[in-house]
Amino acid sequence: MKATAAIALNVFRESVRDKVLYNLVLFAMLLIGSSYLLGQLTAGQDIKIIKDLGLAATSLFGLFIAVFIGIGLVSKEVERRSIYSLLSKPIRRSQLVVGKYGGLTLTLAVNVGIMAVSLYAVLAYMAWGVPPEVRSAWDAPALDPALLEAIGLLLVELMLVTAIALFFSTFSTPMLSAAFTFGLYVVGHFSADLRNFQDVVHSPAAAALARGLYWVLPNLAQFDVKSAVVHGRPVPAGYVALALAYAALYVATLLVVSAYIFSRRDFK
Amino acid sequence: MAAASAAGTAGIIVVASLLVAGAASVQALREERYPPPPIEEDDSLYVQSGSAARRLAGAYAAVAADLYWIRAIQHYGATKLRLNAAVQRAPEPPPMIAASGDEYTLLYPLLDLTTSLDPRFNIAYRFGAVFLAEPYPSGPGRPDLAIALLEKGLRERPDKWEYMEDIGFVEYWYRHDYRAAAAWFQKASQVPGAPWWLRSLAATTLAQGGDRQSSKVMWEAIRQSAEIAWLRQDAERRLAQLRALDEIDALQRAVDDYTRRAGQPADWAVLVRGRILRGVPIDPAGAPYELQNGHVRLASASPLNPLPTEPAPQPPPS
Repeated sequence: MKATAAIALNVFRESVRDKVLYNLVLFAMLLIGSSYLLGQLTAGQDIKIIKDLGLAATSLFGLFIAVFIGIGLVSKEVERRSIYSLLSKPIRRSQLVVGKYGGLTLTLAVNVGIMAVSLYAVLAYMAWGVPPEVRSAWDAPALDPALLEAIGLLLVELMLVTAIALFFSTFSTPMLSAAFTFGLYVVGHFSADLRNFQDVVHSPAAAALARGLYWVLPNLAQFDVKSAVVHGRPVPAGYVALALAYAALYVATLLVVSAYIFSRRDFK
Repeated sequence: MAAASAAGTAGIIVVASLLVAGAASVQALREERYPPPPIEEDDSLYVQSGSAARRLAGAYAAVAADLYWIRAIQHYGATKLRLNAAVQRAPEPPPMIAASGDEYTLLYPLLDLTTSLDPRFNIAYRFGAVFLAEPYPSGPGRPDLAIALLEKGLRERPDKWEYMEDIGFVEYWYRHDYRAAAAWFQKASQVPGAPWWLRSLAATTLAQGGDRQSSKVMWEAIRQSAEIAWLRQDAERRLAQLRALDEIDALQRAVDDYTRRAGQPADWAVLVRGRILRGVPIDPAGAPYELQNGHVRLASASPLNPLPTEPAPQPPPS
């Protein structure tokens, strides 16, 4: 456990050294810049649009971090040949995989946390001094705590994407890993189409295959409650709990398989 | 060592700034000698299907909806400004009034895409309907599309009485179909949580639809219930237009009376000297009324232009 935590901390430090957190500056500039411009362009919809933009930017920046760092977690060690010194230490290969995953998850959590604070700060600034009759027209308050639900599920989605990237990085090249991960990310948001595939094809075999893929491939659409939260629609706690449980099981599966593949790799 | 490094950085910043300033100066010179062509509005809309746009946007549908919404506002605002400016420059009567709303071709597709990408985009339905229904040149003059947009919103949120009220308003104000308007106000009043005044608005519309007094009642109701400053300001402007119509009627009566007694007055000063008026009459927006050939009307520069068309009085309900 201690070794896993040490590896995780190291991954986090490395990402800070690699200036991954610089994306936060870009995020802040995007939000502050758009908060100024949107007031001129959006006919009173600035709070909604800032929320949409903030959540989408959090998701997009997080996705790039998860994919581009996730695919290098293992392959970089192999390329640099630092894997030999790592494996010579008294740690199991599974600990290395889980530690790497934990480190990137920590990086993502810090990133998403800071972005959430920035988003709330910009929303507080935008809502400051707005008369109550205008506020009453908003679908949800500017500083709606429910935004944290959307941000939390977004982080969980990124954790799942990280696990996918890590899984591919244990046996594939970085380029292919990135392509596979992005591919699964896109497919993961189209899972409803796979479920309803039998409505558009006549072939029972194709419908059965689509149905099978629906259950096996990661369903990422369930973590997207951005629109519901921005419009003030409640997201039931049961829904969130089931989505979390799904993510936990899926991440566990990917880590187990990744650790297994990694433990069987021959680095000689 | 550190001082030398800082000096080097400062030097690079100065050189880079000078080079950028030089590039900007060259660009300004080139634009002066070879003026760039005027920006023509890009009237292309690559994706027209709402469901295709949803699929392309994926997890970012809400942001895509925001972008299309901003584009819809830009398209409407820019076209309206351009056409209104052209109408003001044109000789009387403006020949463009007879033209159609072809210039607003992108408005409905943009609003349709916005609301397909984010089906709960409340303002896109409410503002969008007003934009679509406005008569040319202030809008495309398509109340049918305005109603279609609001009905799309109602399919997503059947409990949204505001959309029913808005449909009633479009039927009343733009289509002059007071029975349909009253039916929509009545339907809206039956939604749980709808305000009490919708019921009386329905009754007034059915009984006196089309007269100026009932229009005032409707706009006052819209003003009081407006969720957004823009809608409230629009209602206030409409109320000011109705007040201007009242004032024009009163002034016209005074002018006609004077004409019968002493001949047509050349200008307001004649009536002021005759102690019929205390001064040059001013419309509710602060612009002086015009008197030309014995006819009273708004000044062309008045922000209340164009005044609404007065609907014909409706026959009594059978």
